[in-house]
Amino acid sequence: MPFFPKPADGSWTEHFGLDTADVSYDDSVTPEHYERERDAIFRHTWLNVGRVEQIPRKGSYFTKELDVVGTSVILIRDGAGTVRAFHNICRHRGNKLMWQDYPREETSGTCRQLTCKYHGWRYDLEGALTFVQQESEFFDLDMADYGLVPVRCEVWEGFIFVNLDADAPPLQDYMGRLGAGLEGYPFDKMTQVHKYRAEIGSNWKLFIDAFVEFYHAPVLHAEQAEGEESRKLQGYGYEALSYDVDGPHAMVSSWGGMSPPKDESMVKPIERVLRSGLFGVWDAPDVGELPPGPNPARHHAWGVDSFLFFPNFMVLIWKPNWYLTYHYWPTSHNTHVFEGTAYFVPPTNAYERLQQELAVVTFKEFALQDGNTLEATQSMIEGGYVDGFPLCDQEVLLRHLHTVCRSYVDDHEQGRRPTPVKISSAS
Amino acid sequence: MSTFPPQFADLEPFAEWAIPSERNRYAKRLDSSMEELQAFYDAVFPRMAESVEYLKSVELDGISDEDERLLWLFSSLVTVSFPVEVWHQVRVPDSGASSFDAVVEPAI
Repeated sequence: MPFFPKPADGSWTEHFGLDTADVSYDDSVTPEHYERERDAIFRHTWLNVGRVEQIPRKGSYFTKELDVVGTSVILIRDGAGTVRAFHNICRHRGNKLMWQDYPREETSGTCRQLTCKYHGWRYDLEGALTFVQQESEFFDLDMADYGLVPVRCEVWEGFIFVNLDADAPPLQDYMGRLGAGLEGYPFDKMTQVHKYRAEIGSNWKLFIDAFVEFYHAPVLHAEQAEGEESRKLQGYGYEALSYDVDGPHAMVSSWGGMSPPKDESMVKPIERVLRSGLFGVWDAPDVGELPPGPNPARHHAWGVDSFLFFPNFMVLIWKPNWYLTYHYWPTSHNTHVFEGTAYFVPPTNAYERLQQELAVVTFKEFALQDGNTLEATQSMIEGGYVDGFPLCDQEVLLRHLHTVCRSYVDDHEQGRRPTPVKISSAS
Repeated sequence: MSTFPPQFADLEPFAEWAIPSERNRYAKRLDSSMEELQAFYDAVFPRMAESVEYLKSVELDGISDEDERLLWLFSSLVTVSFPVEVWHQVRVPDSGASSFDAVVEPAI
């Protein structure tokens, strides 16, 4: 007997037009399929590379390594205040333009112009080549022909995205109905940032799989609740309040009785003192009215919504007015870099700062458990001895993700623009 | 010169836990034994628990060096609370060699 209502068609999975057969992970185990995904998915979709607060002033910049599409990009605020993106390569001899100490590490800063370390060629904030060392030694060099190579760059709600495909639809359209429901969320008030990075030994989709279902939470994370509460949670299992999909994007809405808990004895001593934990600081800051997207079921026990914006960007909106982002950057068929970033309204006093520290560190402890479990999965599915895995209705978004990925690959290889699985609306 | 504000002078023996970054606080946890973590927790937890009103009065804007170190010390308590209250071991269970590193942290 479900605790929360399901669609009239009986299951979320069938409601979204997905089949219920066992799912193959052959899309996650070979270098060949990874190459197909790089071409079909990552070279044609909007990739979130950061936020506008990272480049607050004219000349502020940061670089983003995008192994998955074979480039590094510079994100920079130009003289007019517009955010621009360029391939991070000098037009003269191909040296990486902006880097510090280690060529493959990301960097950031503020500059008046972009200067190559190699031969001193210079570019202005709009990407135009402005200085060539010993220009007279070159042969009919027209500096106008050698500006930095731009990358399509658009901003949604302060999130900076790039797209390697010149013909892709605009970002605003791409974000779809689920994106529209978050427009107006006070992302710009939540500027206190804690960012974590981990190198994970699994295919990028497997970690998304872990974070778009909470079916695992009462088991894998059993010890994170106090004894009796933990047994109770395992007895209940997990059900989402609701799911939704729109084209390639998806979301799951979850309950969250922990912020604050009904009974404080069910949480750890430090949570009682700091009034904070996995679900965030119990005393939510006032950020004004929220847009209609979060808590679509309008449930009183709502705790968190996890949005997956295809392919690799997640936004988690928590009831106590903070948010997390997850990014999964593939580096091979069985490795990726995971970034988890927490954003809070800046604390004003030492107590609030400690409350946020506890929320962030709790997230880290959970994620460490998740990350290593993935490596254990990857190592076994690569053997190929077992394939075809039954996914339950609470794992509907994994099924959706793998289905969308296959659909992108198929469409691309048959010369079509991506037309992800036809999906009915949950609303 | 004392590390912490005068009313926290009793925490001086734990001054080495006043560490200004989560990455380094976590590294010190991994370098410690459960006995050391338990001793730290037993001494510092009650002091934080009874100091909530004081901590609320400490504005981050213009925070003194002593209060900043106290904040770092209590941040270490947050890091140490997991092995003591949850895992009963220093590392996250089954976390193997995996790491999860802070790459951006707030200035304070």
